[in-house]
Amino acid sequence: MREIDAGLITKEVKRLAIEANYFLPEDVLESLKESRDGEKWELASATIDKIIQNAEIAKENQVPMCQDTGMVVVFVEIGQDVHIVNGYLEDAINQGIREGYEEGFLRKSVVKDPLDRVNTKDNTPGVIHYSIVPGDKLSITVAPKGFGSENMSRIKMLKPAEGLQGVKDFILESVELAGPNPCPPTIVGVGIGGTFEKAAYLAKKSLMRDMDEYSEDPFYEKLEKELLEDINKLGIGPQGFGGNTTSFKVNIEHYPTHIAGLPVAVNINCHAARHKQVIL
Amino acid sequence: MKKTLTTPLTVEDLKDLKAGDDVYITGYIYTARDAAHARLVELLDEGKELPFDPEGAVIYYVGPTPAKPGQAIGSAGPTTSYRMDSYAPRLMDAGLKGMIGKGKRDQGVKDSIVKNGAVYFAAIGGAAALIAKSVKSAEVIAYEDLGAEAIRKIYVEDFPVTVINDSYGNDLYMSGRKEYLEWAEK
Repeated sequence: MREIDAGLITKEVKRLAIEANYFLPEDVLESLKESRDGEKWELASATIDKIIQNAEIAKENQVPMCQDTGMVVVFVEIGQDVHIVNGYLEDAINQGIREGYEEGFLRKSVVKDPLDRVNTKDNTPGVIHYSIVPGDKLSITVAPKGFGSENMSRIKMLKPAEGLQGVKDFILESVELAGPNPCPPTIVGVGIGGTFEKAAYLAKKSLMRDMDEYSEDPFYEKLEKELLEDINKLGIGPQGFGGNTTSFKVNIEHYPTHIAGLPVAVNINCHAARHKQVIL
Repeated sequence: MKKTLTTPLTVEDLKDLKAGDDVYITGYIYTARDAAHARLVELLDEGKELPFDPEGAVIYYVGPTPAKPGQAIGSAGPTTSYRMDSYAPRLMDAGLKGMIGKGKRDQGVKDSIVKNGAVYFAAIGGAAALIAKSVKSAEVIAYEDLGAEAIRKIYVEDFPVTVINDSYGNDLYMSGRKEYLEWAEK
């Protein structure tokens, strides 16, 4: 049994929360540059250019790239041979969020009750997903999620008869309905299969991928690339002003499902695709 | 075409604006989002005075991050505007002339923009660090308890925005995309 101190977890979550908000992942920045260079429509390339400039200013001045520093989503993979000592894991993570959002000058955007709507003033709690995996390591991915894009999420329980075409139509319809709202260019996360909540979880999980990471299943990898092309034929473009780059990546995660079901969930990420990981 | 505007705005100022124009705004504008809008409309319902003069005013839909030492304001990009759709026509009827946000508005807002000779601008969503550079000062003038959602009076210099809905009923989210698709098909 390997022991990991809860205090270390707090320290790392704090660091990841701040870094995720200040520094756009390099591979996302590179993808944006490629999109800009590929845009022949002037307003579209000029718009992506400003988004790139923004990321550079945020990095240089160490300030949040977006004022919506999000609700913090955390994916934790706990090796089954790990023992957390000197505290409770969930408290340690929330303490990291609390310290990171205070010391990093990040916006506190969480309300305690969805109807009462009083701000918790420290951006806690996060939304934390745990999975138990083999080994003695602890992986923590911190992903601040802005609600401009989160609010454009959709889920539908399709009939099996609707099949692949039904899935494609639902994804395209979701991007169409979202239009300029989720701050395009976006990354489109899709979860197919499982149950109602599993599909939503997979859609969110898919957004944690690196830019050069596609589905391990060649069928789904092909589908990801096809859907990206179809989405970019919509012409919504950067910020919805018109252009080729409505999205710059489609990620699909899938899972076995019931004989009677075909759940599909779409979770859109804005261009500020923030996530940082540490392995302890 | 690049244009400049100085606040407060008049119907005359906005006559020349067309969907798609790049505009640079200078002067005082006010920040407000969901919770502040609910309170503003409550004041209007009660026939009370607003915390700022709405005549010719511009509201920026934003909840900035806390300012670091030496900054006038933290990162300050636009939030999605549709959440303010149910409130915006009331404020335009009270004199509001400009709104800055991002994303689509409903028909009620578009009709009110035409009726009142107002305008809806978009700033670039997510470009919060870049946009903050054109904010020179910021002061909370109401609802401090709302934190990031408090109403701030901010002074902006050459604040870059794009006209989405003009006073003639045009909508860049429809026309920009249409123009691009027509061009792309050629």
